[in-house]
Amino acid sequence: MIQERTLLVRSDLDIVSARVEGRDMARALGFGTIDQARIATAISELARNIVLYAGEGTVTLRLIERGTKKGIEVICEDHGPGIEDVNLVMRDGYSTSRGLGMGLPGARRLMDEFDIESKAGVGTRVTVRKWLR
Amino acid sequence: MSTELIRIPILQIEDFLVASIQVALHDRSAVQFRDDLLQRIYETKAKGLIIDLTAVDIVDSFIGRLIGDVAEMAALMGTRVVVSGLQPAVAITLTELGLELPGIITALNLEKGIAILRRLVKEEDGEGGGL
Repeated sequence: MIQERTLLVRSDLDIVSARVEGRDMARALGFGTIDQARIATAISELARNIVLYAGEGTVTLRLIERGTKKGIEVICEDHGPGIEDVNLVMRDGYSTSRGLGMGLPGARRLMDEFDIESKAGVGTRVTVRKWLR
Repeated sequence: MSTELIRIPILQIEDFLVASIQVALHDRSAVQFRDDLLQRIYETKAKGLIIDLTAVDIVDSFIGRLIGDVAEMAALMGTRVVVSGLQPAVAITLTELGLELPGIITALNLEKGIAILRRLVKEEDGEGGGL
């Protein structure tokens, strides 16, 4: 099984490729169909944010272990404008674009762990994880 | 950069249009699909539209919102919309995303979707009959 893969994301076609890769990796790891859909949907939301706000960035998919637990980690990184107020964008319904502000809070609900680091003018890194039960 | 658009076939059965999504839609194809649907509704004066999602395993907020838009726009044109064949994983992820698609009529499968549309159209025709 592939342990880690980084994909360049800069168009809506890349969003689809990233979520297909993520889903395949999740399936190979043993996730059920509902968790596969959660992981793929979260990747779709986060990858779309990259295209929408930064123009381009990367999605890294990794197999991870913590103790006896196994899981998948998705890191979405860009060097776009960054986010001034992270707390604000994590609110449901907040959006600065055509979206309805579901991307980040939605991805957080779909996954087990969610981290966001962002600096205005530098970029954004969102890391999400899902563990096998 | 590839700009290949995927066009979803839209079939007509009696007074209804049926579109079954069988591929992973990227954003531009999804927008094209919405525009094609509205154009076909206008051309055919269809009384109902079924969007069948049996083969769709991912609906993210973009596609979910677009389906909601189609239903709203079609309603403005006097056409009822039923979404059929939502997979359990899709229903779960949509609600977890916070997209419950209010106002959208859903059916377990295409056949039940057509039955619902027939009933809705019949009710509407019945109401209009007295005027």
